[in-house]
Amino acid sequence: MTTTEAPPDQLGARASGKSVRDAALPQARPLHLGRWAISLMLIALLALFIRAMTDNPNLDWDIVGKYLFDPTVLNGVKNTIVITVLSQAIGIGGGLLLALARLSHNPVLRVGAGSYIWFFRGVPVLVQLIFWFNLGLVFPMLSLGIPGTSAQLFSVSTNAAITPFVAVLLGLGLNEMAYMAEIIRGGLLGVPSGQREAAASLGMTPLQTLRKVVLPQAVRMIIPPTSNQTIIMLKISALASVITYQDLLTSVQLIYSVNLRTLELLIVASIWYVALTTVLTFGQSALERRMGRSLVTVTPVRRNVAARLIGMGARR
Amino acid sequence: MTPKVEIIDLHKAFGSVEVLKGIDLEVHPREVVTLLGPSGSGKSTLLRCVNQLEKATNGLIYIDGVLQGRVEQRGKLHELGPHGVARQRLGTGMVFQQFNLFPHMTALENVVTSQRVVLGRSRSAADERAKAVLARVGLADRMSNYPGQLSGGQQQRVAIARALAMDPSLMLFDEPTSALDPELVGEVLAVIRELAHDGMTMIVVTHEIGFAREISDRVVFMDAGCIVESGPPQQVIGAPQESRTRAFLARHAAGDRAVPT
Repeated sequence: MTTTEAPPDQLGARASGKSVRDAALPQARPLHLGRWAISLMLIALLALFIRAMTDNPNLDWDIVGKYLFDPTVLNGVKNTIVITVLSQAIGIGGGLLLALARLSHNPVLRVGAGSYIWFFRGVPVLVQLIFWFNLGLVFPMLSLGIPGTSAQLFSVSTNAAITPFVAVLLGLGLNEMAYMAEIIRGGLLGVPSGQREAAASLGMTPLQTLRKVVLPQAVRMIIPPTSNQTIIMLKISALASVITYQDLLTSVQLIYSVNLRTLELLIVASIWYVALTTVLTFGQSALERRMGRSLVTVTPVRRNVAARLIGMGARR
Repeated sequence: MTPKVEIIDLHKAFGSVEVLKGIDLEVHPREVVTLLGPSGSGKSTLLRCVNQLEKATNGLIYIDGVLQGRVEQRGKLHELGPHGVARQRLGTGMVFQQFNLFPHMTALENVVTSQRVVLGRSRSAADERAKAVLARVGLADRMSNYPGQLSGGQQQRVAIARALAMDPSLMLFDEPTSALDPELVGEVLAVIRELAHDGMTMIVVTHEIGFAREISDRVVFMDAGCIVESGPPQQVIGAPQESRTRAFLARHAAGDRAVPT
């Protein structure tokens, strides 16, 4: 039991011929039969799937290649990126304000922000999108006037103001604000109260404390879930297709409604969605590395774990 | 002479628990006052009230003759807003048991940031001041380290430097060595001792009886939210009059370090 573990110099001192002989024996490699079996099965399944996709007379891969960089598709990709970036920006900016309101001493702000989050998390985002798109049915004109007089500062037809683009921004952005508010609030609460007290004792005002001490620390905790939200946003932006905004999905739908190559064009869209998600994932890693620079005590530990994992893999 | 700090009938309750039950205390310029007492006696709360980290339930605190946390307007006392409170804290430095350094900044940035943000000092002026105070606490060679790379004793010395860089005329120490490994206590006490010799007005909450005896002009013994006994260290520590003080000192003399609160 202990003989194989003890270093050889101690074995000599033990003066047992058998243990010396055991220590000299080469180590047998473990067989890992289970791993081999599962790997073979997965490879077989993957091969079958690839064959089903490529060898299928109903799937024309040339069509996929032809439309991958089609101008209509590229325009859809551009619009999807624009919508994702702008909606997420609204979500982060508005979410920060909502989070601060929820943590404020002012009960009106707290209740207001709480109600907003409750409402927008409660209504499906698809319903919100359709609602904004059809706002003109309820309020045909959007106008700002001075109450009690007939003077109007401005007045505009709702259908002219709420274009599909604006409806998508409102629907996705306002919905995202509610989720980002909770993520940011969690990050702010994760900063120990001693940090705020230390900043206060140095004479910092609450706003200075937030900017210099609390937010920079909270951001680290906020980045991973925010990246997650951004990736989700990229994909739910496809909902814009129901209100005729020309995002990536709408663009491929326009094409396949004419040529009836539905699956090929959905594959084109999927390739773009996966590519964009990959870019976002790399962006997240880069951002985390940048923000984690000062957490130097953590980095060497991580590197050690990684090195050990690699080392373990190499030995096997 | 105006007292540096004047505390009049201070009460503090957390919900129904009364932590301070009417504290009267004066601290004079250049005086070093140590607060001793068992855990839960209200020493830390008293210190935090002085710096307005806790709002007193009742009572008055004056620093340099200025009422803290409230302002008189048209014959009535009004609560001071957050900006007014921030301004009142300017002359007072505080050192915490858990150091509370900003982990995302180097030691130098920890000391520089508040000078820039609060006092509006230029980059070079703040840098120069920070380097001077860091050298004073013996950390000239650790300025570019992050708190996570420093020992507890070094972190606490950076925290002291950070407070000193704001040029306070009053320093509050809230159990500055209670979170430290025994072998690191000495280096922090040495810095505080030097400050005392330089004539800084200080209120120190500590469990280090020997240190309190050495640096204090006056020792205040607290128990259950009241001041039990107060006077020069040779009297309060050397010849305590009250039985509660004697019991506390006997426990500590037996090497029974109180659990830090």
